Amino acid sequence: MMRAIIGNEIFKTFRKWRTYIGFIAVGAVVPLVEFGLKAEGGSLVRNMTRGLGEDFLIVGNLFNAYFITYFILNSLWIHVPFLISLVAGDQLAGEATGGTFRLMLIHPASRTRILAAKYATTLLYTFSLVAFLALLSLGLGMALFGRGDLIVPGGTLTIIPRSEVPWRLVLAFGLGIWSMWCVASLAFLFSSLVENAIGPIIGTMAVIIVFLVVSSTPISLFTAVRPYLFTTYLNVWQRVMEQPVPWSEIAAHTAYLGLFSVGFYIATWYIFVTKDVLS
Amino acid sequence: MSGDIVLETVNLGKKYGDRWAVRGLNLSVPRGEIFGFLGPNGAGKSTTIRMILSLITPSTGSVELFGLPLRENRGTVLSRVGGLVERADFYLYLSARRNLEIIADLNGGVSPSAIGEILETVGLASRAGDRVKSYSHGMKQRLGLASALLGSPELVVLDEPTSGLDPHGIKEVRDLIARLAAERKVTVFLSSHLLSEIEQLATSMAIINNGSLVVQGGVHELLGAGTGTVHVTAVPSGRALEIIRSLPYVDGATLVDDRILVKIPAAQAGVMNAELVRAGIEIRALVPERSLEEYFLSITGEVPPL
Repeated sequence: MMRAIIGNEIFKTFRKWRTYIGFIAVGAVVPLVEFGLKAEGGSLVRNMTRGLGEDFLIVGNLFNAYFITYFILNSLWIHVPFLISLVAGDQLAGEATGGTFRLMLIHPASRTRILAAKYATTLLYTFSLVAFLALLSLGLGMALFGRGDLIVPGGTLTIIPRSEVPWRLVLAFGLGIWSMWCVASLAFLFSSLVENAIGPIIGTMAVIIVFLVVSSTPISLFTAVRPYLFTTYLNVWQRVMEQPVPWSEIAAHTAYLGLFSVGFYIATWYIFVTKDVLS
Repeated sequence: MSGDIVLETVNLGKKYGDRWAVRGLNLSVPRGEIFGFLGPNGAGKSTTIRMILSLITPSTGSVELFGLPLRENRGTVLSRVGGLVERADFYLYLSARRNLEIIADLNGGVSPSAIGEILETVGLASRAGDRVKSYSHGMKQRLGLASALLGSPELVVLDEPTSGLDPHGIKEVRDLIARLAAERKVTVFLSSHLLSEIEQLATSMAIINNGSLVVQGGVHELLGAGTGTVHVTAVPSGRALEIIRSLPYVDGATLVDDRILVKIPAAQAGVMNAELVRAGIEIRALVPERSLEEYFLSITGEVPPL
């Protein structure tokens, strides 16, 4: 029974128009950015990296697919969470809006199972969207710019040799999906609280923006609460590009994100199984 | 005895804040009946039905289905129950058949041929492939009945299935319910705020008002006992009023505008009519009125807040 229920949830989600907003947005923005950079970005990076070529031995073109992909990955901060909350925030609230909880929850299939199927669908959607972003930006980048060493923009100059970039990028995308699952879990939790998907979408974005501000503002009060905010760990994918790789921190932060996701899910479960369906 | 009772509520109650939506409700639905659950809007019918179908957790008491407590046996007992709660809502962007398949999977799966047969029963077979978005309200309501029949339930719980339908739609749905009970031997628990609907369909009934049970019993015993009002428009009205008042079985008559409101047992209205005609009175209209409101008055002496 469980397989059929999960199959139906996936079917329902991928038959909805809103599910494709994310893919359409990514499918439009990534080519736009890459073709735009192709047209006039060369001089931009040449300015950024002026003189580097004289002091360092750099293999290949610095303005390459890896750099572009890393650049686009920064959409994981705000843009991708928004696209994820569109669908994750609708998973439960959408059934309430449509009145279809009355249809679903009067049958032998327990609420625990139905919730698990919906959560699995949410995770699958998140995975697909980030994977689509990765493959599109990397694939198009390779076609337009080719490969090369990766300059990581930031405080200190990090150059990752071309040979090391692929495994680091794969890991960065994996961790990106992992951190987006945490965002999806939060939107899913909010979705269990209300009867309209707008609330969870705005709620998720508000939490992320406020928490990110708190996470990045150097005030002692904020510094004290920082470890307890999941947004503090959302940059775990970026750490893969540090030299040397801070493995123990990455492991710890990955675990924290996992704990936040599990916590959000348990809260959702409790709310959902005890909820009186009045919609 | 409990083997013949398919649905029982024991001291069932639901409290929202300080207000009891349903309180101390004891219902007993025997197998094979069409059980009418009657009450004005806001009486607690829908809350009761939601508790029976596990959408709402009761504040007090319990629901027992087939002699088993719902709380501990949810999956087992709900596999033998079908339901339609309020307006039939579906996934509008999917076809009727796909909607039913999704619901069937929540029931442990139903064969495609059984789904086809149910669609045939409710008269939607030819539109089964269309998106529900294109359905009229009446068609959605019939699809709702179809969804309640998936998995051959022994008990079907229907919450105001005719509400919001046009007269044609109402007739279709009522005929369908009567047919289901007769052909499939399904026990039907049917809520309504229309006495006429219950009178027409149900074999036994319960009346709920302000969240509490008013009365429960066989439809004929309960409704036969009541005295109704008949609106008579007759010419000349003064003479007609005199004759009506002289009849021994009339409880009282008053002239309001050009209509005479006659309190009379329902069965005697025809006799009164014959009497008036014999006296040379021209009867322009004779309309029996037995609204829920009046029936309430007759058994509780209380006007229900409608």
